[in-house]
Amino acid sequence: MSWKMWALKKSPWVFHVNTGACNNCDIEVLELLTPRFDVERFGIRLVGTPRHADALVVTGGVTRQAAPRLKEVYRQTPKPCVVFAIGACACSMGIFKEGYHMAGPVDKVIREEDPNAIIMYIPGCPPKPEAMILGVVKALSLL
Amino acid sequence: MSAATVGWYAFAFLVFPGFLFSLAGGLLASWVDRKVSARVQWRVGPPLGQPLFDVVKLLGKETIVPEGANRLVFLVAPLVGLAAATVVSTILWMANLFAVSFVGDLIVVVYLFILPPVSVMIGGFASGNPLAATGASREMKLILAYELPFLICLAVAIIRSDLSIHLVDIAARPVAGSVSGLLAFLVSLLCVQAKLGFTPFDVAEAETEIMGGVYIEYSGAPLAVFKLTQAMLLIALPVFMATVFLGGMHFSGWGILWAILKYLLVVVLVILIKNTNPRVRIDQAVGFFWKYMTPVGVLAAALALAGRAFGIPWL
Repeated sequence: MSWKMWALKKSPWVFHVNTGACNNCDIEVLELLTPRFDVERFGIRLVGTPRHADALVVTGGVTRQAAPRLKEVYRQTPKPCVVFAIGACACSMGIFKEGYHMAGPVDKVIREEDPNAIIMYIPGCPPKPEAMILGVVKALSLL
Repeated sequence: MSAATVGWYAFAFLVFPGFLFSLAGGLLASWVDRKVSARVQWRVGPPLGQPLFDVVKLLGKETIVPEGANRLVFLVAPLVGLAAATVVSTILWMANLFAVSFVGDLIVVVYLFILPPVSVMIGGFASGNPLAATGASREMKLILAYELPFLICLAVAIIRSDLSIHLVDIAARPVAGSVSGLLAFLVSLLCVQAKLGFTPFDVAEAETEIMGGVYIEYSGAPLAVFKLTQAMLLIALPVFMATVFLGGMHFSGWGILWAILKYLLVVVLVILIKNTNPRVRIDQAVGFFWKYMTPVGVLAAALALAGRAFGIPWL
């Protein structure tokens, strides 16, 4: 494993993208940064711009307006980077499967931009913070 | 100049007490900052090597230069800040460890300390992004605001050391043991808070408000250089405060313990102020420094001059 991936696993900086979520997953993601769950002990930090990010935390199924913007944010993130699809809507559009306004789940939209993107799925509606931490730890150990 | 002298200067600048030593000390100080902040917030906090992992990871990412940016200035600005921080660390540690200093080195150190914030500002303006320009203009106003009371407080230290601008002479006396010295120490502590870019004066890099401000377009190696400069300032500025106001850091015998305690006092005060205050607006920051800190600094200078004129040593 290259030293770049090793360093990425030791200090993944996270940028949060909401592509049409109902905010339930966003609230649970926010809880991870509070003292109760404290993800800073894993080196995870919330950054304000995609240029500083290693991991894009995407919540919500991608609406048609959000699709080009999500691709732009992915382009702006310096590689190597990973994408976390949090929640049932991000993994597979969830209950909005038949909606006319949806452009697809997160992996379909990101793979249109970059077919080799690393995408990790954390299902749930919303996933509990413990499940998210478990998902992130399992995913990082697979890198 | 013999080859041995040149070799010794190169060693002093690059390894000890220059670049590598202050880099290691800066990363350690950065960890102390994050751990104390975490403990104050009832959290656990990152492990010891975390700042080093952050820097190594940033060096492994690709560097993206935006299309509208001035490429040369964008990439060179972080190096200017790093060079200034290295030189000022070398001067300060040489004065404290080996008592090597020259007349007027206090002035050189003050000038060099202005360069890292100016390099951040130049990098922000060269980014071609309106949010970066906002952050850079705020940084510019902040520099104008806090340099004034900072220099007045240094003038107090100079007056109290019998008008000498020699770092070793100023380090020989505990300036903060007098009324004017204590006032000057407290005012310059808040100026150091703004210089380090910590809350309540971190308007230039307001993460949630302007998405990273001056650093918004930086990624990869230039961002790593900016983080290293911040870390080196976190060890150079408290050492400067301890040298000028708290009677210097003498590394012999029990003096080693006192030196470390003086450094930790300044650093922990800075971290506690950082964790207990919200961010202020730029107009509030400028008003704070010009309307409240500058008169207190002028009062301290007046008291120091009065003490010198009437021969009262504790004033």
